[in-house]
Amino acid sequence: MLDFLQQLVSGLALGCIYGLIALGFVLIYKATEVINFAQGDLMMLGGFVAYTYITILGLNYWLGFLFAVLTMGLVGMTIERFVVRPILGYPLFSIIMVTIGLGFLLRSLAGMIWGTDDLKIEAPFSEGVLRIGDLVLAYDKLSVIVVTVILIAVLYLFFNRTRLGTAMRATSENMLAAYYMGIPVKRVVSLVWAISAMVAGVAGVLLAPITFVHSNVGLALGLKAFPAAVLGGFGSIPGALVGGLIIGVVETLAGFYLPQGWKDVAPYIILLLVLLLRPEGLFGALGRKKV
Amino acid sequence: MRFIFKTDYEQDIKLFQHGGAWWSYGLLFAVLAVAPYLIGSYLQSQLVFVFIYAIVGVALMILVGFTGQGSIGHAAFLAIGAYTAAFLQARGYPFEVYFPVAGILTGVVGAIVGIPALRLHGIYLLIATISFAFIVEEVLARWESVTHGNEGMRVRAVEFFGQTVSRDSNSFYFLCLGILVLVIIGTLNLMRSPTGRAFIAIRDSETAAKSMGIDLAKYKVRSFAISAAITGLAGTLYAHKMSFISPEMFTLLLSIEFIMVIIIGGAFGLHGAILGAIFIVMVDPLITMLKDDLPGMVASLSRGFGVGEEGARAVQDRLYAIFSAPGLKGAIYGLIIIMFVLFEPMGLYGRWLKIKLYFQLFPLYKKATFRRQKTYVKSERNR
Amino acid sequence: MSYLRVDNLSLHFGGLKAVDAVSFEIPQGEIFTIIGPNGAGKTSIFNMISRLYEPTTGHLFFEDRDITEVPPHQIASMGIARTFQNIELFDNASVLSNLLVGRHCHSRTKLWQEILFMPNVRRAEKAHRAKVEEVIELLDLQAYREKIIAGLPYGVRKVVELARALCSEPKLILLDEPSSGLNVEETDDMSYWIRDIKSELGITVLMVEHDMSLVNRVSDRVLALNYGRVIAQGTPAEVQRHPDVVAAYLGA
Repeated sequence: MLDFLQQLVSGLALGCIYGLIALGFVLIYKATEVINFAQGDLMMLGGFVAYTYITILGLNYWLGFLFAVLTMGLVGMTIERFVVRPILGYPLFSIIMVTIGLGFLLRSLAGMIWGTDDLKIEAPFSEGVLRIGDLVLAYDKLSVIVVTVILIAVLYLFFNRTRLGTAMRATSENMLAAYYMGIPVKRVVSLVWAISAMVAGVAGVLLAPITFVHSNVGLALGLKAFPAAVLGGFGSIPGALVGGLIIGVVETLAGFYLPQGWKDVAPYIILLLVLLLRPEGLFGALGRKKV
Repeated sequence: MRFIFKTDYEQDIKLFQHGGAWWSYGLLFAVLAVAPYLIGSYLQSQLVFVFIYAIVGVALMILVGFTGQGSIGHAAFLAIGAYTAAFLQARGYPFEVYFPVAGILTGVVGAIVGIPALRLHGIYLLIATISFAFIVEEVLARWESVTHGNEGMRVRAVEFFGQTVSRDSNSFYFLCLGILVLVIIGTLNLMRSPTGRAFIAIRDSETAAKSMGIDLAKYKVRSFAISAAITGLAGTLYAHKMSFISPEMFTLLLSIEFIMVIIIGGAFGLHGAILGAIFIVMVDPLITMLKDDLPGMVASLSRGFGVGEEGARAVQDRLYAIFSAPGLKGAIYGLIIIMFVLFEPMGLYGRWLKIKLYFQLFPLYKKATFRRQKTYVKSERNR
Repeated sequence: MSYLRVDNLSLHFGGLKAVDAVSFEIPQGEIFTIIGPNGAGKTSIFNMISRLYEPTTGHLFFEDRDITEVPPHQIASMGIARTFQNIELFDNASVLSNLLVGRHCHSRTKLWQEILFMPNVRRAEKAHRAKVEEVIELLDLQAYREKIIAGLPYGVRKVVELARALCSEPKLILLDEPSSGLNVEETDDMSYWIRDIKSELGITVLMVEHDMSLVNRVSDRVLALNYGRVIAQGTPAEVQRHPDVVAAYLGA
């Protein structure tokens, strides 16, 4: 039982990271119907940027965290401006290929700039543990869970309660109509990319104390965030988190209880089952094309 | 400009639409027939890879370009073909037996993968194919009694009707070329018959296809099965050419390379698949050249321009450091994909058509002829 | 005797009754028009007949056969073809291949025969092409034969869609707003063609149309629909005089 709880918490922490990456997918997908295959690599980049601020430049952890997230926002806007905007409105497949190419590029550049060694960021809470009876919970994992929950709540309120959030939702429903209604669609899309890159940045910094920062970390995690996003319905912010948690927990438990090999394929088996049985995901709604 | 004056319905059905095509394809074929005797073994080997990639390119073209169904999992089909060949060859079966068996088996797997495609669109389908590819990769690594797991499997030379065809011989070159030609002819035949038109109908409007009497389930599964089967055939050739296969050869990267073949070539015709295959296979030698020769060349050039020996050496070292950075291949792939989609969306074949039209219409060619139509995003979630 | 019989057909989307207990019969060789304000459920009826939508209740009979359970892709081979309100052509293919897709329900060749392009496939292809040429002749599409749909003007696309439906040699053709987006001359052409389709090809026509002058010119009978319910049925003149129809259109 204790083992189970211990694994469960690890799974939840991992799931939160998946959830954050999936959230990035969902935000961009909702606004522009683009799937950003480079989302995991943005997370990786966030880790490296934080490493630069905190370990190399010696900034305070929280200040470095903040700067890293802001830098990622800028990176997101830059990518949107120069890579995504020119091809918006072209076939889905071309756009996806561009984001795949972008992922390749980011990965290689990060490898060239920061090298291929495993890097570690020292967080103020990396060593501590919380004991509840016999249960030992590491602070770094708890911090992931707490920050994720707060971030998701803030974003949910932002999208449903603010003017800008409403404008973003309108853009995601019908870009042309939103444009006619006076919504500055280009700026909105640019902001969406900034937000999702910032979310990826947060994930990258949170992950850094748990695993190491490495240029390939984004690909592996990013690909597992897909099942999370699909499970959540690919259009729902809480859905992304729930999907991430399910995938994280299943993967961790499969790694602990099942023979070797199941850990890595379990998320994909779940994904295929969801796609076959309920393609709209747990929270999504699929309409039908009108003729 | 060439105007084809049609006098007969049958003219539309012909494989070669006009007499000139006979000449140009005949010439190409003649060049390919004498090439292995004239070029070195390295280039011959590269051409074999071009043929194999082109076969996969044709397979993907049927699925992605003609039927409009995405797949980022074709490395898995290649793997299934390759492992079938290795497994059956190890049991003593000759090439003429396991080659078709690999195609059929991969086709059956493809059909099974195609079943989810009936309900999935766009992005969901892509993700499903990626998942499928991961699962296949993991199965290959774990099913040790058949695949020898991560140790991999040796593949011996082809035994074709009693003849031994080694992987570097000219005979193997002609075997691959012959299979490529057969695959292309079969695909062209398919595309000029009802099935091919049904594929295109599904790509352009599923609703209309349905009400024109096209059974979406049947034709989507067919498209997946045919595409997978052709990839499986390429897989057996690939296994022989590599002479050793292991699970880590059939990763996501390879699937993406295959997609690049048709994106770079131009995803609207078989010419694209061939041109794309040539391009992708030539990227590797290009990188090697960048690494080995370019720094030295630039250095001697700068010596020529009067930069001192010290400066030249510094330039050479710097360039060498850049080009031998570990992620160079990834960066180049990334750049190639982005540049092609942004600036050459119709690929190499599109560029060829543009150049051809430019000369045919000279001086009246205008760029707008090939401008892409933007469709404003209207939420695919509503379909 | 009735050729197409729609019996107590309903379609509900949640609480919304898009089509509510609609019944009508069309005899062979008639041009039957459904009119009604926007959102009255006209296209929904079409979509149920071509089996794209699943009716909530009710039955459809064609040539005395119940087609309520027939899968959508078999409708074409039973002899029902259709056009769409917003044009659903195969945009990146030529006019010719669009029309050849219309012949799909008549193709009998096997996959392996097609891959080898056996003589029977060649024969069948020639026969399909001969039939397609007849339709091209009828609708004056010769000039556009080899053109890609994406580059054609709206009016031509509308005709190509009609041609594609005719290529399947239907017994009943469903035309969803054949004149929408057409100018006066094109509408005139369309009305002649619709009458030709009935008189020369002997095809029964069911159409949805807003342009009352076209409706008056070609229809044998008219059915008026509002909020999914039938409000009047009869000759064009009768229906137009019907007080409920006047109320529905003028909002009295």
